[in-house]
This record gives sequence, structure tokens and C-alpha cells, in this order.
Amino acid sequence: MTQTTVDPAEVAKFEAMAAEWWDLEGKFKPLHMMNPIRLKYITEQIAAEFGRDLDDDKPFAGLRILDIGCGGGLLCEPMARLGATIVGVDAAERNIPVAQAHARQSGLDIDYRWTTAETMAAAGEQFDVVLNMEVVEHVADPLAYLTACQQLLKQGGLHICSTINRNPKSFAVAILGAEYVMRWLPKGTHEWSKFITPDELYDLIRKGGLDPVDRKGFVFNPVLWTWSISDRDLSVNYVTASIKR
Amino acid sequence: MSHGQSRDLAHIHAMTYDHDLLIVGGALNGPALALAAAHFGLSVGVIDTVPLDTYKDPSFDGRAYALALASQRLLKGIGIWSKVAGVAEPMLEIKVTDGIAGQGPAPWMLHFDHAEIEEGPMGYMVEDRHLRPAFMEAMEESDRITLYAPETVTAQSLTENGISVTLASGKTLTAALLVGCDGRKSGTAERAGIKRTGWTYGQTGIVCAVAHEKPHGGVAHQFFMPHGPLAILPLKSNRSSIVWSETDARAAECAAMDDATFLEVLKPAFGSFLGDISLEGKRFTYPLNLTLANSFIADRIALVGDAAHGMHPIAGQGLNAGLRDIAALADVLRDARHTGQDIGSPIVLSKYQQWRRFDTATLAVATDTFNKLFSNDNPLLRAVRDVGMGVVNSIPALRRNFVREAAGLTGDLPSLMRS
Repeated sequence: MTQTTVDPAEVAKFEAMAAEWWDLEGKFKPLHMMNPIRLKYITEQIAAEFGRDLDDDKPFAGLRILDIGCGGGLLCEPMARLGATIVGVDAAERNIPVAQAHARQSGLDIDYRWTTAETMAAAGEQFDVVLNMEVVEHVADPLAYLTACQQLLKQGGLHICSTINRNPKSFAVAILGAEYVMRWLPKGTHEWSKFITPDELYDLIRKGGLDPVDRKGFVFNPVLWTWSISDRDLSVNYVTASIKR
Repeated sequence: MSHGQSRDLAHIHAMTYDHDLLIVGGALNGPALALAAAHFGLSVGVIDTVPLDTYKDPSFDGRAYALALASQRLLKGIGIWSKVAGVAEPMLEIKVTDGIAGQGPAPWMLHFDHAEIEEGPMGYMVEDRHLRPAFMEAMEESDRITLYAPETVTAQSLTENGISVTLASGKTLTAALLVGCDGRKSGTAERAGIKRTGWTYGQTGIVCAVAHEKPHGGVAHQFFMPHGPLAILPLKSNRSSIVWSETDARAAECAAMDDATFLEVLKPAFGSFLGDISLEGKRFTYPLNLTLANSFIADRIALVGDAAHGMHPIAGQGLNAGLRDIAALADVLRDARHTGQDIGSPIVLSKYQQWRRFDTATLAVATDTFNKLFSNDNPLLRAVRDVGMGVVNSIPALRRNFVREAAGLTGDLPSLMRS
């Protein structure tokens, strides 16, 4: 779709949806609350891996980053602000013009595409960093998916993957808590049986051809209402970093 | 520092803004925030109503700041301290004394010594005439800071992805975030519709400097006189800065006096422990009132220092509290910048508000209570505070805690204020 053939009514609709995606008190509130801690982990890993100083202007300039499951662009926009060349892909077609509308409002240049990791890999696309956040628990074949992520990386590239652990606590917190009690997420967002333990994920990442180098927990404190990064508590949300050697 | 035209660098920083950050107010808090933000890569515009060279007048005028140790660390972090260290007087001890009406200060009752904490002096006295030029010089040295002065903000409005400010000259500037460092009558807050809560004390602060015969030995004194407190703070050589709070009527009388008459009124309160005294520089008067902004943030706006909380200057905590806001806001903005977040987004600003608002309200109420308790000749209150001072003074751990509080080392310290 090009700028000249855009229907103004369609644009208005997508801008409204973008507003919904970016409404901090709206239906994506849990994602917004968690986003700063995800970004902290991602930016520190990228800076360390590629020897970048975050005090510099555009510290990620020259890095090509792929965000899988980009949604409204909550990760893509920060990466673009840091100077990265960013491609955001989403399997949900309607997310693409929504993300494009918001990037335009933010004055950011982001390449959003309606496609999948597997299609991108088959086309031979190559990236320095693949962001794979809260996606693997939704895919039908995690190993095939993680193999595609590996194929998308250049030699020495960084893969960051976060997901939800599978244990009674994660069932209570992520499904009963977030979906049923707090109504943060639509019921049925998650299937508990698809959740993956950190050891299972490490194993899948290795089988996919990547070398896992780090894992941390994202921990929500319901009293202080804040998220933090934990070395030890990977009981619900957690994140991994792996390298293509 | 560039002056308006050369905005090339600003454009590299932010594709869609003139600057990442716009600051209204160039006295002390504004430049401190500008320097802190420039250090982690933000492009900053500072708007001030007075011409650039106003702050370069070096004559001694008697105004000085009691910088807590935490504030000194912040100044070190932003490259100011090295410019004023040579002219700063360390505060080694604080003596608090309960004065008796007509009799001058009683023997000291509370004594805080920096030797009780390991971090060094509790703070430093720095004269206004040294501090302001140091800030100007540091801003000139930074290629990320642009000064717009003399300029007045006439309007501010939200844009699709930022905030736009209109200046009296007709110039329009845009940024991701606008910070009001424009004092207790903050126009930034007013234009944003932020209301204020406040009250007056019926007291006025008289500020001046005195020269005295004997050396002060780095000791700061606070005499609690019946009408209000008298602070004597050590300056370089045999000079001290005085903050004397009096009832409005009495202060107006004092303001009308000539220097010789005023000195005769001051002497009995001051006492003779530093030998003979004489006035130096000018006398300044400040009506004391407390004003708290009902919110420290609005859409793409944050308030800092007196714009957020104008406080009773009883313990010299006004500038220190402002610098603490700045250190906290700098931490929050630095995290946001490092993670590629929009520095003006509500999620970022609410972190600053959560961090500072409770702290500030607590300090304002504590200072207020302290003042009411001590500015009183009621025998019962007198007995209560005498007992209280005795208790604090006799328990080393409690005393140490007060010293650390005075040095600004308690609470959740922003990174710029850690050693």
C-alpha cells in the first residue's frame, strides 16, 4: 500500500487503533507496565554484545534489528530512537497499518511488514539482532520457529527471547491473575500447556543452532506495582539471550 | 553553547524536535538539570528572562547557599564543583540553640559534628556570586545546551508527539519534554493548569552577610528565637551568612532601618561569640510561604524545585530539595533515554512524580512543624523541645541520623548523589 492510495477513513481507523495500542491505561496496560524492564534488558544486552555506549547519540546506528510480533511497535519505536535500522513483522495483518500510523506520529522511520519469521528466513533476510518477545508460547512448532530465528541472524548475531514458565505459579499469575482476575488480558490469550520452562527453552534454542548465554527473570511486585530483573526468580516471566556462533 | 541559530546538532538528536528537553528558568535549578541531561546525551534548550551577562557580576552581595553533601556530589557529577571548590567553605559542625526572648542565645543544646559520619563535611557554603557564573561557564562549555535569553514564554501547547513553546520574540521551540524550573510562581505550571496548595507564615526572611572578629571554625549555628529562627552560616574568611526570620511587621521595620540601626538590632540576637560584627554586602528580604504544586507532572511537563515545592527556607533545604528533584529526574530521563523510550511519556514522568512527591511533602510538613514548634515562647512548648533536644543530643545513633539527614544522605538516593 502506498501513501497516495490510502483511504483517509482507513487512516483514521488505524490511528484510533494505534491510540488504543499506545494507551497506557488501555487494554495493553500490562505490556506498557512491563515494557521498560524488557527494554532495559534488551538495550543492555545489545550494548554489551556490540560494544555500544548508551550515552552516545544513536548508539545502535548501523545495527539491523528484527522485532517478531511487533504489535503496535512498543519495541520498534525505542530501537528506532536508538538509531537502529528496524524491521517489525507481525502475523496479524491489522497491526501493520496501526504500527505505521503511530510511527508516523512519532516521526520515526520503521519498516513494518505483514509476514512471519519463517517467510523472512526463507527469503534470506539477515539481522544483527532478533527480538523474539512473548511469541514462542503462541507458536505451533517452537523448534521450527526458533530454527527460523537462528537462520535470520548474521554470524555473531544476538537473539533475545522472552516467554512464560510452566508451573503452578505461572498458571496462577499469568492465566488466573492476568486474564481472569485483573482482566488485563483477554481470556484465552494464553494456553498454559504451551508455556515453556527455562531449561526446555535453552534446549530448544540449542537444537535450533544458537548458543544460550544468559537468562533472567522479569518479576512483578504487586505491592509496589513495579517490574524488576531478577537473577534467580524465573518462575513466571523470563528472558534469554543467545548467540549465533 | 550555541545561541539560537546553530541548531544543527539539535537536529541530529531529535528528528522532530528542536531539542529533546526544554527548560524554563536559568537561575540555578535550570542549568543544573540542563548539565545533568547533556551529560547523558540529551539536547537541551534553556529559556531565561534575564540577559546572559546578568549572572557574571562578581561583586559580593551576601547571598549564599548551604549545599548539603548530597548536593555537592551532584555538582561534582555535572562538572560544577571543580569551579567552586576553592571558594566553598565546609560546614564541619552544626550547633542548634534555643534562644530566650531578650536574652540572646542560650548555651548550645544540639550539636552535630561531621566527625560522626564517614562521608566528610555535612555540606558547604557557596556564595551566589560564585555559583551562578560557574553554571553559566559550564553551559557555555557544553555543545548540547542552547540558551535562549532574554526570552519570555508566552504560550505552551501539546503537539502530536511533543510540546511546543512560544516565546515573546515570536520564536517557537519544540521538545519531547518541558521542565518548569521557574520558581514558586511557575508560569509553566499555571499554563498547564496545575493548581497549588500553600500558606503564608506571616514571617519574612532577612538575608545578609556579616564580617566578624573571630574565626567561625566552620561551625553553622541555628538559634531558635521567639519570633523565628536565626541561622549563622560560615563563609570564606571571617564572614558569615545570616538568615533571620522575623514577623512580617518586624521585618518591614528592619528593612526600613539604615545599616547602623539594623546592626544594633541584630547584635543582641547574634551574641558576642564571634567578637565584634559589621555588615557586608546588601540586605535581602524574602516573605516566607509554603507552596506545593498539586501535581509535579502534566502531559509532557515536569516541575522542579520551587515550581514544585516552595519551602520555608528554615534549614536551607530549598536549593537542596531542588537539586534532589534534578538528580531524580535525571536518573529517570537517563533510563528512558538509554532504553529508547519517549522521555516525555507519562510512564516516564510518573516515575519522577512517585519518587519526589512523597519525599517533598514530608519535608515541607516537617519543616513547617519544626518552625511552629521553635518559633514560640509558650513555656509548655519550650519544655517539650528542651526535652526533645536533650534526648536527641544524648543518643549518638539518633544524632548521627540527624547529621546524615542534614547532609542529605538519607532516603532513596539518585545515582548522581551517591559517592
